[in-house]
Amino acid sequence: MEKIPILRMGEFLLVTIQVDMHDRLAMTLQDDLTNRISQTGAKGVLIDISSLEIVDSFIGRMLGNIASMSRVLDAETVVVGMQPAVAITLVELGMSLTGVRTALNVDAGMELLRNSIDAQKDFLYDSPVH
Amino acid sequence: MTVLSTETLPVVSESDIVNVRRSVRESAARLGFSLVDQTKVVTAASELARNTLIHGKGGQMELITLNGPRTGLRLSFQDRGPGIADIQLALRDGFTTGSGLGLGLGGAKRLVNEFEINSRVGEGTTITVTRWK
Amino acid sequence: MATTTLNQNATLGSIIQQHRETILTEWLREMSGAIRRSDLMKESELRSECSQFLDLLADATRAGVSSQSAGHEPLRDMLGDLSRTRAQKGFTPRETALFVFSLKRPLFTAIRETYGNDARVMGDEIWGTTELLDSLGLYTTESYLKSREEVIRRQQEDMLELSTPVVKLWEGILALPLIGTLDSARTQVVMESLLEAIVQTNSRVAIIDITGVPTVDTVVAQHLLKTVTAARLMGADCIISGVRPQIAQTIVHLGINLLDVTTKATLSDAFGLALQRSGITFVRQQKKEPKSEV
Repeated sequence: MEKIPILRMGEFLLVTIQVDMHDRLAMTLQDDLTNRISQTGAKGVLIDISSLEIVDSFIGRMLGNIASMSRVLDAETVVVGMQPAVAITLVELGMSLTGVRTALNVDAGMELLRNSIDAQKDFLYDSPVH
Repeated sequence: MTVLSTETLPVVSESDIVNVRRSVRESAARLGFSLVDQTKVVTAASELARNTLIHGKGGQMELITLNGPRTGLRLSFQDRGPGIADIQLALRDGFTTGSGLGLGLGGAKRLVNEFEINSRVGEGTTITVTRWK
Repeated sequence: MATTTLNQNATLGSIIQQHRETILTEWLREMSGAIRRSDLMKESELRSECSQFLDLLADATRAGVSSQSAGHEPLRDMLGDLSRTRAQKGFTPRETALFVFSLKRPLFTAIRETYGNDARVMGDEIWGTTELLDSLGLYTTESYLKSREEVIRRQQEDMLELSTPVVKLWEGILALPLIGTLDSARTQVVMESLLEAIVQTNSRVAIIDITGVPTVDTVVAQHLLKTVTAARLMGADCIISGVRPQIAQTIVHLGINLLDVTTKATLSDAFGLALQRSGITFVRQQKKEPKSEV
């Protein structure tokens, strides 16, 4: 069965979704990602949806779930590259994906992840109690 | 209203939902819908097909292209499932909180121009939506 | 001999064939005067148009079928094209319809010659011909209307595009100055062009300036909110500027929740904020002191 590849880029994981996923494939991705995060101790997950022409409520929920579960595993998720038509439709559908951070593209997404990880580090090292 | 073509697709498995998306996309593109409108109608179809599969226990979708005087796409989702007891409740948004509940009908309704639902408990549900070009 | 409408139109075809030249000449003569429009069409062009029409009409009616059927398609296609090209040339729909209707008299003359002695058959034949030509004439008017609607629609689209210019203020910062009333259709176009521009210019901040929008009601506010939400989903932030005190009051009155959205009174304030968020600072250059000669 086809799987969506998860690439490792340093402390980050990169997923590029290019196919129109059926529901089971989406669930598999969710599982695979959470496994990989805990296996690798990744601090950030980038999900590139710039090729996705349809994001319905199921996929939207999947993205939200991935963001929540990653956070529990101490990783940040950023969804990048949402197409305008998809964004407009999601808003009309009523999904605002609160809790999911977004960026225009992979570069912007990486920057966002690095900044938030650095901010966390600063917090840890600056706090009086070590 | 002139019917250009009618196609019936089964909605009994997950891969059928993907087929539904593809067929609706092709028809909408062929009719010359704008990209945004294509996306809206395909997304609505995806929601309703999933609804037919999961809550309706499987059924079918009729894909009708209309061309006179207006150009449009009409989708009719039919199942012989348990039916919806409280349609008003079903139309209210239950999934935006991400809880996974709710039938997604309210959202789909906003993506189309016309929305008609007929459901009887124990007999089944038919949802017909139309998107005009 | 009892004749049905089918037969009648079949004989019309042969009548046209028999008296073709006479009918053509008389038809051209009928069209002199107000509807001739020799300023828009040369004699030779008109003659070939009429010939073509006559031949197609003869073919269609010789097949002896009803005017709605496939046998009449070449005739209808020709009329549709004729109507369109004439509209482009500047003919009024009335002139184009009269092109068809002015064929009646020459045709009736030919019919009278063929059936001169048989009043009943002649009457039926004339009725059938009148019905056919009426429907064809009306068809030219319908075609005209359709093409006008198409032109208007395209012009509306163009106007919408022109009235929603997206401006790049700085690297990564866009501005959308809205002017005039926002209705549903216009706001859709506005939304789409802004979001497209965000992708194409890789802009993380978009300023929507509503200084030029006279009223903001719930509908407009909702549309603005949708735009902001959609942009956020794509990874860009929106700032709404030009919020006048009256508009602020309306928004509060209507109970619209703008808590999530940053608003600024002026475009200039919004730009300042956008630069700040983008990590850009402007530095005023110190003027060098002129060295004094020693």
